[in-house]
Amino acid sequence: MNAPVKPNSFRSGPDENGRFGIYGGRFVAETLMPNILELEKAYNEARNDPAYLADMANHQTHFIGRPSPLYFAERLTEHLGGAKIYLKREELNHTGSHKVNNVLGQILLARRMGKKRIIAETGAGQHGVATATLCARFGLECIVYMGAVDVARQAPNVFRMKMLGATVVPVQSGAKTLKDAMNEALRDWVTNVETTFYCIGTVAGPHPYPSMVRDFQSIIGNETREQLQAQEGRLPDSLIACVGGGSNAIGLFHPFLDDPSVAMYGVEAAGHGLDKLHAASISGGRPGVLHGNRTYLLMDADGQIQEGHSISAGLDYPGIGPEHAWLNDIGRVTYLSATDDEALEGFQLLSKVEGIIPALECAHAIAKIAELAPKLPKDHLMVMNLSGRGDKDVPQVAEILGTKL
Amino acid sequence: MTTRLDTRFAALAQEGRAGLVTYVMAGDPDRETARAILKGLPAAGADVIEFGMPFTDPMADGPSIQAAGLRALGGGQTLAKTLEDIAWFRKDDPATPIVLMGYYNPIYIYGVDRFLIDAKAAGIDGLIVVDLPPEEDAELCIPALKAGLNFIRLATPTTDDKRLPTVLGNTSGFVYYVSITGITGAATPDFGKTAEAVARIKRHTALPVAVGFGVKNAEHASAVARGADAVVVGSALVEALKGSLDGEGKATARSVSAVTDLVASIAAGVRHARKAAE
Ligand SMILES: Cc1ncc(COP(=O)(O)O)c(C=O)c1O
Repeated sequence: MNAPVKPNSFRSGPDENGRFGIYGGRFVAETLMPNILELEKAYNEARNDPAYLADMANHQTHFIGRPSPLYFAERLTEHLGGAKIYLKREELNHTGSHKVNNVLGQILLARRMGKKRIIAETGAGQHGVATATLCARFGLECIVYMGAVDVARQAPNVFRMKMLGATVVPVQSGAKTLKDAMNEALRDWVTNVETTFYCIGTVAGPHPYPSMVRDFQSIIGNETREQLQAQEGRLPDSLIACVGGGSNAIGLFHPFLDDPSVAMYGVEAAGHGLDKLHAASISGGRPGVLHGNRTYLLMDADGQIQEGHSISAGLDYPGIGPEHAWLNDIGRVTYLSATDDEALEGFQLLSKVEGIIPALECAHAIAKIAELAPKLPKDHLMVMNLSGRGDKDVPQVAEILGTKL
Repeated sequence: MTTRLDTRFAALAQEGRAGLVTYVMAGDPDRETARAILKGLPAAGADVIEFGMPFTDPMADGPSIQAAGLRALGGGQTLAKTLEDIAWFRKDDPATPIVLMGYYNPIYIYGVDRFLIDAKAAGIDGLIVVDLPPEEDAELCIPALKAGLNFIRLATPTTDDKRLPTVLGNTSGFVYYVSITGITGAATPDFGKTAEAVARIKRHTALPVAVGFGVKNAEHASAVARGADAVVVGSALVEALKGSLDGEGKATARSVSAVTDLVASIAAGVRHARKAAE
């Protein structure tokens, strides 16, 4: 493959065909094509409509509780003895993660389009909870597809979704995790395409989802830029976030992509290790086509998709958003990975030194901060996206650590 | 250029009857059984064969075809073996058109150029790739047409008159009308309405129109055949095969005939359709 050409701006993608370089696209069944084109048109109208944007801003402030704080992690900084670490507190959002930023945008769009039946896939359950929450808020029917394995390991979130009035469908096909939940959601959509809005939870799927979800999540980076300017009077030196599909990471990164002094690190889930079972699509996969887009995927020599594995249900997807695939190839973002064990250590570290129990997903980023920060000078400003709170993971971590609740 | 598909559909039109298109999955439940089924299809009454390329994540397929694909993959089926299976079939059957049906990733990973060369050499006539809409024609459709293969597109109830020309643009061989918005093997549609849909498509193209999704027996097939150039049956055959397997999912002495008997019965339904209507 030829090295991709460096663009003038890293923020202008995708092109009109939904491509970021060779990645992205619209690889879907014909049944869905008219809907995807309609969605693209509706989104392009909405994003230029002051009434839609005002409605979104109002709910961001009063329903989600934005802006989320940018918090100087004083004790973590002292503990690691290097870079000055800030946490973007997305875990303080209503429903407990960044997922709600995207869901708000999509649900307001569904309302504009007159769709009353909402479907979603979920892994950790955070996207499912956020979708169920906004469906409750607006009186919409909500069906959440969730792998049967994830239903078992994320029981608190399953109950939350049910409390919120959603129907949770445990998916029994394949490895019964996020990939299979997404297959099942796509099958539902193919079947109920006229009435149904598919609220995808990350920056993956066919165009326009990757860029639409990115736009909704970019509030994270936009706020960070302003907040750090207010607190430190300058840009950050580095940004770091965990990467499942990549929505919290792109939300933080995207507003800074054209600031060359800002380094960026995405952290994938290395599971048991990159030579064993893992979910690190960039570090351990190669380009292929699944779920509507071309991107890095875990697969065998015959192009059959392999299951991701991670301690964190929100990261064990065998793919990654197409924009990340492109940012990797052009070298703008560096992708690292953290194992299950490293994530568990990160989980405990942040709990103990900062009094914040993080989601297992972003515990992967904490693990890499613990490696990177000590080697950096004290005036290096590093911002981590604390994408979610860890309450949902407490039963699972207790079990792993051998504590009976 | 006249392809086997063109020749076959012209012959069917001459005979004044609809054709029967049968879908079976390569390598299901094992390679030998799938080959025996493939070989038995023309004699049982199949006019065109769709051979499924197994894929782990068939997003437009229902439980029957998903399970068939996983059985095949579990038995070690690969795209290279599927191509060999067709070359093997072609040695004794130079006439029956064969269309490969599946998803793009295994082809993409095999390599598009290499795949087209090998598919042509194996005696494949056309491709149906579910997740390649016209918007992605540059990927495989255009190269396939250049290589002399037909590229068959699905039209669905959501493909309105405005979109039909886009869908039909680079389509060749035949048009596959999916009679429901849904996945394979799901609901049984109102077959009375399909004639209308076929007529709508025919206002935009001279290509033959085959109708599928939801055809389960001779009666359905007969109803569809009255208003279409061909009837496609898939999930029902895959289910019949599954019904013949033993407790461990292995083929039995009945497995091949379970499929070919059903094909024969459906073929009879298709052949009687127009006569019954007259
Ligand atoms: C708290 C949290 N962070 C991160 C993720 C991973 O998703 P993404 O990479 O799209 O941010 C999830 C997914 O469930 C999550 O719940």
